[in-house]
Amino acid sequence: MGAGHGHRLHFHGHSPVHRAPAHLKVLLLVGFMLTVVATPRDWFPVFGVYVLVVVAVITAARVPLLYIVRRMVIEVPFLVFAALIPFIATGPQVEVLGVSVSEPGLLAAWGLAVKGSLGVMASLTLAATTEPADVLVGLRRLRMPDLIVQIMGFMIRYLDVVTSDLGRMMVSMRSRGMDPRSPRSWPTLARTLGSLFIRSYERGERVHLAMLSRGYTGELPK
Amino acid sequence: MSVPVLDVQGLAYAYPDGHQALFGVDLHVHQGERVALLGPNGAGKTTLVLHLNGILAAGAGSVRVSGLPVAKENLQEIRRRVGVVFQDPDDQLFMGSVRADVAFGPANLGLKGAALEERVMTALDLVGMADFAARPPHHLSFGQRRRVAVATVLAMEPEILVLDEPSSNLDPASRRELADIIRSLDVTVLMVTHDLPYALELCPRAVVLSDGHVVADDSTYDVLTDDALMRAHRLELPFGFDPRGIDSLPQ
Repeated sequence: MGAGHGHRLHFHGHSPVHRAPAHLKVLLLVGFMLTVVATPRDWFPVFGVYVLVVVAVITAARVPLLYIVRRMVIEVPFLVFAALIPFIATGPQVEVLGVSVSEPGLLAAWGLAVKGSLGVMASLTLAATTEPADVLVGLRRLRMPDLIVQIMGFMIRYLDVVTSDLGRMMVSMRSRGMDPRSPRSWPTLARTLGSLFIRSYERGERVHLAMLSRGYTGELPK
Repeated sequence: MSVPVLDVQGLAYAYPDGHQALFGVDLHVHQGERVALLGPNGAGKTTLVLHLNGILAAGAGSVRVSGLPVAKENLQEIRRRVGVVFQDPDDQLFMGSVRADVAFGPANLGLKGAALEERVMTALDLVGMADFAARPPHHLSFGQRRRVAVATVLAMEPEILVLDEPSSNLDPASRRELADIIRSLDVTVLMVTHDLPYALELCPRAVVLSDGHVVADDSTYDVLTDDALMRAHRLELPFGFDPRGIDSLPQ
């Protein structure tokens, strides 16, 4: 249990993009995102250039494009929201495929979708080419407060532990006849999340004890 | 006799909610001994362990480690001298790699560079995990994680190793490998366990804690074969196991 699966976002490789220092990649990512967000949404060709830039980086990293695209599913709820905007926004109406929609709404939806997707794609590229531990080293080098870097480190370390805790709880509930899809079991699910929180909190206390027992005084060794 | 490594006198403790867990515990462990701490669930074993390195502060009585009292001003040195290996290795291994985890304790003691690296590799060698130094702990098997947890504490070169349920959740092969490791170490051991055959195999002496009192302190063999004592304190040997039928006992 908890053994054998790596971080699902990282794609192992030795390309120049993989080898570039992590703090540089983080800086480039943030710079790129700020540029994308600041670009007026009706400069349509410029977004084409952005997409090309990201695709070029992915290609240079020798990460299969499909690997990134498949993980972009995470932004689907966000895209659904964007798709709703043209129908609920006001302003002059236009006909698209026989349906009347709001023109400013359509533009807003485009802006949201393209900027969001570019952000997700670029972040996934960073995640695919940089080990989580290296991202932390990079952030520390960029003078991110040590406490926050420590907390992020613990999050990465215990993500698998907490998900497998949840997995075991779900298996035990299913074994006793619960159907997680049926709305009738939603109250139970909510309570499960509550007890998962308590469990994780108590684990946090135990980890802290184990740290104190080895002389922790508030600073992790570099 | 020399100064005991562990000297607990009249230790009493009540939790903040009023529940009293320990009522005047006396315990002495001398250099090089391996002692099993036995007792039913809720007897106060874990509470006692948390006093040994000053996580909990005694309500009454005292704890001394090689003569040094467990008190706030000595905590850093106490925690170097007393190495506690907790039951769940996931609680003990919290860094990104095995090497970083083993280095955590000695780095807190101020070790750096080559000396630190050497300490880490020596500790990993002792538990046979040197080849796994670069791996993240959550990619190891449970038995391997338990061994790394032991190494994280050995790296601090403790005077006494305190193991909380070392054999729990291990398959028989990992359980035996861990026993071999514990036997090979040149360190005083206090082992908290419900695994009575394991206690008999590894520890010549056993202390029984029940309801916050020490009710027996004798050779493990004598404790396990004292049927009245065992029954009175909810201690039971596993099915088919009889210490009287074993002819090679550790001395």
